Amino acid sequence: MFGTDELLKLSTSQQVAKRLESLDIPFGSLGFDPFGISKRHLGLFYSLLEPLYRHYFKVEVSGLEHVPTQGRGMLIGNHSGGIPVDAGMIFASMFFGPDAPRHVHGMVEKFAQNLPFLSPIFSRIGQFTGLPEHAIQILEAERLLLAFPEGVRGTGKLFSERYQLERFGTGFMRIALQTQSPIIPFAFVGGEEAMPVVYHAQMLADLIGVPYIPIPKHIIPVPKPEFCQVIYGPALQFEGSGNEKDSVIQGYVDQVKTEIARLIVLGRERREERIKLHKQEQQSLTGGGKLSNLSSKFTSNYLRSHQSESADHE
Amino acid sequence: MSKPPKMKILITGISGGIARQLAQKLASMGHEVLGIDRRPWHDAPSNVKVFNVDIRKRPAEDVFRHHKPDALIHMATVTHLTASQEERYRINLGGTQTIFEHCHTYGVKQALFIGRHTVYGAAADAPLYRNEAEPPLATATYPALADLVAADLFAGSALWRYPQLNTAVLRLAYTLGPSLRGTLASFLGEEKGQTVPTILGFDPLFQVMHESDAVDAIIAALETKLRGVFNVAGPPPIPLSVLCKKVNRVTLPLPEPLYNLITRRLSLSSLPLSARKHIKYPVVIQDKAFREQTNYQPRIGQEELLKSFKSYSR
Repeated sequence: MFGTDELLKLSTSQQVAKRLESLDIPFGSLGFDPFGISKRHLGLFYSLLEPLYRHYFKVEVSGLEHVPTQGRGMLIGNHSGGIPVDAGMIFASMFFGPDAPRHVHGMVEKFAQNLPFLSPIFSRIGQFTGLPEHAIQILEAERLLLAFPEGVRGTGKLFSERYQLERFGTGFMRIALQTQSPIIPFAFVGGEEAMPVVYHAQMLADLIGVPYIPIPKHIIPVPKPEFCQVIYGPALQFEGSGNEKDSVIQGYVDQVKTEIARLIVLGRERREERIKLHKQEQQSLTGGGKLSNLSSKFTSNYLRSHQSESADHE
Repeated sequence: MSKPPKMKILITGISGGIARQLAQKLASMGHEVLGIDRRPWHDAPSNVKVFNVDIRKRPAEDVFRHHKPDALIHMATVTHLTASQEERYRINLGGTQTIFEHCHTYGVKQALFIGRHTVYGAAADAPLYRNEAEPPLATATYPALADLVAADLFAGSALWRYPQLNTAVLRLAYTLGPSLRGTLASFLGEEKGQTVPTILGFDPLFQVMHESDAVDAIIAALETKLRGVFNVAGPPPIPLSVLCKKVNRVTLPLPEPLYNLITRRLSLSSLPLSARKHIKYPVVIQDKAFREQTNYQPRIGQEELLKSFKSYSR
């Protein structure tokens, strides 16, 4: 209804089309999975994400080996302030990153289901209303689920509070225990710099009925191109039924939060290094051959140190 | 597996589309089949005995008294498409009450109530897959279904009111097939190329099963002496727009505020205001419990099912 099949097919890049074929989703003969996800819509979705992921935000991913290649899992990480680009980049990282692509299901706000045009698009690309029932159904179907336990508290952060983790909800942990799903903690770094929110237009937000309206430093509420890092940490498997006391659940949640905080520190270091490296490369481009050699030496050192780092985490 | 014993089976509402197919199949399996309906079934096969009586009247009770059926399949329910509100309460609720009383009085061993999956109601904030533990919301989302919701819940109450009577409530997904009858069939119309008004910006998932699979499911419930409340579905759901396209109908997406006006002007099959949620949001059911208990598997997939409905259309 929003574009013919042919249009959807045409707008799917070759690389995406190839990856779609090996995606972990059982599409029926009409191109839909049991949740109503459409292969053609996914093609368009990932084709749109690809340039953002590769060129606009230049996402660098590490720790992919920690994400299960099949079966259920919950990707749990920090939420960026303002207009979060994190979810899209996580989807892209799991689709373009690993040898065998995996589709990640996110959760959308309840009001999104009431929006004409948007609500069917969310359904066709497997982004369902944030209900515990949906989370359980997705995990029981052996899929990957993305959740930000900071919720709106996370997206409501100002630039001055960047990368400080807000209070984590505990619902995700009860669902992880109930469905026996591993939790893969991750850090997404760069999102705060892409959208450095300095002010919330609260009166306007109240008027429209949204939680906040972010005003970034660069005024226009569109994320800037920035280097972004995604770091997946080792999977955490907790034992239990999901009916444990709050204090027990809180203890588990704190473990996840601590791990994410650690990954954020690592991510910010790497991002700084990349920026430094990038600046040096820029200089060498204008400054001649000597510096260029220096830069490539730096790159190889940088890569080596990162490989050993990710080995440490296993 | 040993052959199930031959039974005397009474079907109420036997002149309905699925009921006729069910009666013929049961008779061909060697069961003795009796039926009650106010509507005539002129070319009923000789091995099916049809009584043209009203389920709420004395002659219907006589059928129970004289023939002492082993099993009852209650399919005598009507929708707002064919009956007034008063009539619906009389047949759906009053009729169901009377029939279950007769089952109790005349020693019927197994009773099946054939209900609809629409009792769950279509709501923006409802989970995609509904299971039997969820309350039926249709009274709120589609008040014209209130009598059917009440009948469904009332039939379920036979489980504790008449514990010796093996009762099962089956909530069937939309059916399509040669009868060209039923809620969805009347919405799609009988002719190819017919215009189906939909709501602009919405394209909910529709779960459809072939009439012959519905017949098989009912027989499976009968043979396994099923007890409880169960969802029954066919192949996985597909978006309404795809469904219409596959059965050669033309969708006309209308802005919601103008839906009534335009459908009336163009004399298209319209839906009451309250029913519109059912073409905006999905009602999709999970039938895992039914499949596990009866070993039922739908035989007809999405494509074949739609192709066959298309071929039956004029």
